[in-house]
Amino acid sequence: MNRSEAAAAPVAAPVPTAGHAGSPRRDDGALHAMLFAGLVAALLVAPFLAYPVFVMRVMCFALFASAFNLLLGYGGLLSFGHAAYFGLASYVCAFAARSWGVDPVAAILLGTLASAALGAVFGAIAIRRQGIYFAMITLALAQIVYFAALQAPFTGGEDGIQGVPRGRLLGLVDLAPDATLYGLVLVVFVAGLLAIYRIVHSPFGQVLRAIRENESRALSLGYRVDRYRLAVFTMSAALSGLAGATKALVFQLASLTDVHWTMSGEVVLMTLIGGMGTMFGPTVGALVFMALEFYLASIGSWVTVVEGAVFVVCVLAFREGVVGVLARRLGRPL
Amino acid sequence: MLKRVLMAATAATALLGAAVPAFADVSVKIGVLNDRSGPYLDISGEPSVNAARMAVEDFGAEKKGIHVSFVTADHQNKPDTGSNIARQWFDQDGVDVIVDVPNSGVALAVAKVTREKNRIFMNSGAGTSVLTGEQCSPNTVHWTYDTYALAKSTATSILKEGGKSWYFLTADYAFGHALQADATKFVKAAGGTVTGSVDTPFPSSDFSSFLLQAQGSGAQVIGLANAGSDTVNSIKQAAEFGVVSGGQRLAGLLVFITDVHALGLQVAQGLNLTTAFYWDRDDGTRAWTRRYEAVNDGKVPTMDQAGVYASVLHYLKAVDALKGKDTAAVMAKMREIPTDDPLFGHGQLRIDGRVTHDMYLYQVKTPAESKGKYDYYKLLQTIPAAEAFRPLAEDNCPLVK
Amino acid sequence: MHTILGIPTQVLFGQLTLGLINGAFYALLSLGLAVIFGLLNIVNFSHGALYMMGAFAGYLLLNLLGVNYWGALVLGPVIVGAFGMVLERLMISRLYRLDPIYGLLLTFGLALIIQGLFRNAYGVSGLPYAAPPQLTGAVNLGFMVLPIYRGWVIVASLTVCLATWFTIERTSLGATLRAATENPVMVSAFGINVPRLVTLTYGFGVGLAALAGVLAAPIYSVNPNMGSDIIIVVFAVVVIGGMGSILGSVVTGFALGLCEGLTKVVYPQASATVIFVIMIAVLMVKPNGLFGRAA
Repeated sequence: MNRSEAAAAPVAAPVPTAGHAGSPRRDDGALHAMLFAGLVAALLVAPFLAYPVFVMRVMCFALFASAFNLLLGYGGLLSFGHAAYFGLASYVCAFAARSWGVDPVAAILLGTLASAALGAVFGAIAIRRQGIYFAMITLALAQIVYFAALQAPFTGGEDGIQGVPRGRLLGLVDLAPDATLYGLVLVVFVAGLLAIYRIVHSPFGQVLRAIRENESRALSLGYRVDRYRLAVFTMSAALSGLAGATKALVFQLASLTDVHWTMSGEVVLMTLIGGMGTMFGPTVGALVFMALEFYLASIGSWVTVVEGAVFVVCVLAFREGVVGVLARRLGRPL
Repeated sequence: MLKRVLMAATAATALLGAAVPAFADVSVKIGVLNDRSGPYLDISGEPSVNAARMAVEDFGAEKKGIHVSFVTADHQNKPDTGSNIARQWFDQDGVDVIVDVPNSGVALAVAKVTREKNRIFMNSGAGTSVLTGEQCSPNTVHWTYDTYALAKSTATSILKEGGKSWYFLTADYAFGHALQADATKFVKAAGGTVTGSVDTPFPSSDFSSFLLQAQGSGAQVIGLANAGSDTVNSIKQAAEFGVVSGGQRLAGLLVFITDVHALGLQVAQGLNLTTAFYWDRDDGTRAWTRRYEAVNDGKVPTMDQAGVYASVLHYLKAVDALKGKDTAAVMAKMREIPTDDPLFGHGQLRIDGRVTHDMYLYQVKTPAESKGKYDYYKLLQTIPAAEAFRPLAEDNCPLVK
Repeated sequence: MHTILGIPTQVLFGQLTLGLINGAFYALLSLGLAVIFGLLNIVNFSHGALYMMGAFAGYLLLNLLGVNYWGALVLGPVIVGAFGMVLERLMISRLYRLDPIYGLLLTFGLALIIQGLFRNAYGVSGLPYAAPPQLTGAVNLGFMVLPIYRGWVIVASLTVCLATWFTIERTSLGATLRAATENPVMVSAFGINVPRLVTLTYGFGVGLAALAGVLAAPIYSVNPNMGSDIIIVVFAVVVIGGMGSILGSVVTGFALGLCEGLTKVVYPQASATVIFVIMIAVLMVKPNGLFGRAA
């Protein structure tokens, strides 16, 4: 009856690293540095080719998906309630910026902190079970946040918190123009991604991987598995919050969409499309998903069907995701 | 680009009142932004686009030299998606006016983008009265209904019918609370009493517990401050528990004809509701609906879809009068000429963006009274335009001095 | 008049009865989930969508084929169950060797597709469906006037749940099923076609969801979204009960319906979240759920 928890194979099959699983080759680091540089370069050019606001939105969701992937791909835990952290931070950030008039950076940090705290509490409850139970528990917990957001007077219900001022960065730079805000979002996004990269490639990340691959061995080696799980859960929640808070500034609003369970499903889909357990997969997945959503908007009425179909196809035939496939072809972790 | 300069020039001359050409030769692009996949699919969706097209045809826009084209999209009930689409439409696709937009969150977001880009937003699907209140905009036109108008019309007219004591079933979020608060105010103002209320989680499928509490309150009227599937569920279960047959009056504060259709008359009979538009009101609405049905698989229009028609028609009148589409000029013209169409009758666009028109209190017919498909309502009262909507003085709209 | 918790006794009994009716739906749905999970080790996220399909099956059978409620009560679950078996054969069966999380994701995707297709075809406002004439009207129970149909829901749900429990725990067919759960290789060595058993079990679990859907059609709005929120509540029910025992899921379902009913009188604002809060409390004390076996 407990096969799901005991004998569960790792969710994201580790990318074949030819004999030295987990410990990256030295030139992998160089490759990743190049990829990061390429990503930054692309993002510097992007606002001239596409809508700055659209690109900012992609960055926010890319960070969200990457944070989610930290938990799923590296921690081996499928959360089906990550919208809670994304949405809570966006509400807190929007409220702080609008009603208290705090500095945008402070508002983002407040949002992130709120999500980190919530993540610590919910994480402590949810990690008592693993596998699919974990997914169901996180979903149920997120539902509490959704109802709280719906019923609380300050969230504005269906209206959301609208007209959030972008403010002045540290009192100096006006963020109202898209160009300056773009700079801030770019910095947040890259910093967030680098933080995830650091976490994954630190000794902490190694232990996480060990736990994911073989929990009982990690336990017998003396690692306190629960603490590691809680830590990665909290970090993932905090980074999701960072993404949500930033998005609230970009769109100058916070709404119920961001705390609803469909958002939790969408972030799973983004990660799945891009490739679970890859560093750049979620970013690619977010881009694909946003492009898909934007394209589907004009044809109407088939959005959910297509989303569902993408889910089904990914699960049945494309479990590695775009970047996962690339990584396998190259024989190197991406 | 040259064309745009020329058009701006035409608009300018029009404004100056000098040498107005007889033939407009203006191109306008209308964006119909609504729900194609979510809870507002039935009240808006593709039929809204057809309604907008009908307005263009009925006005004879092409003959008058106004070349109208359309873009449409599904906002998926996500405010950021809606605002992204609006931005792209304004910047890249040259959209002049966005219509429909059910879902209050999306509507407020689109209103903001529209103001930033200085184009026009004509809403007929969203319920929030904030749109013409605290967050009003010189670029927003709000047709059809809002929470204030629904609450006021329903409460005051049912009090006139003799429903003095009220009990509310309130969807537990901002929309429900706004409806209840406004309705309570008018019930009390007209000498009625509110015996109690219960906040129901949104969405709920089971209302039996709340209905039992409402029944036990002994109030003459049970007000349903909810919408969509909540309304359908609460009415369906009210019939099961014999609320109406037990002598209490059931008043829906936001009921669309699609909801009544979903319930069937057997269940919905006796329900009181307020609407801005009912297809069978007079010869004008009937004639229009017959043409509408022909292009929408026999479905009758909701007040939202009717509002799309009326707003597009009014916009075209302003463009025609100006022979141009300069935003400020068109908005000024739309305020200047009274609104007048077969669906909503006479009305006025106010400075806060609110369009005032008559509202109606209907009662749902019994199966025996109904003579045909969609013959659902009988008129109880007409609430005149001047009384139905929130007075400017109470708006909190910064545009109102 | 007597009062308990400051509520008149009569009102309390009335509300608890109504809670029991909701519990009847939770029990049927969580039972289906438990049966499927037991044998397939899959959390069926499309359970809510299949419940919705059950209600639509009732409507369509009546309006297209003229099959009345009683016919739909049998045919609905059979048709939807068959549909489930097709899904199982074509898609779900490909995932048995993988982490069960993939099963969750697949069925989530299937739920989106099913709901999307029904929205496209039937809109979102809902469809009318009347209770059968034999079950209209109400009886006075002394403490409340109970619509007969609601009483029927409790009876029907209890009967089906107990029959299912009896079949699985007390018959040889059930013994085979349970054996296949524990050790599929051994069971197939006895010449039993395990994949077919799995398919049939999935169909049966889906049939239970569809039965709940047909039962729900006369009292709840029949619309494509009707299953999307209830499934999350049922997940919580399942976590609370622990998927260790069939009887456990049934008892938990009814009990939580009662808790929810009570909350609706005492503090209605919390009635949407009360089950989730109970879930947290149970997890703190008994991580494996009330009826779950220790890991």
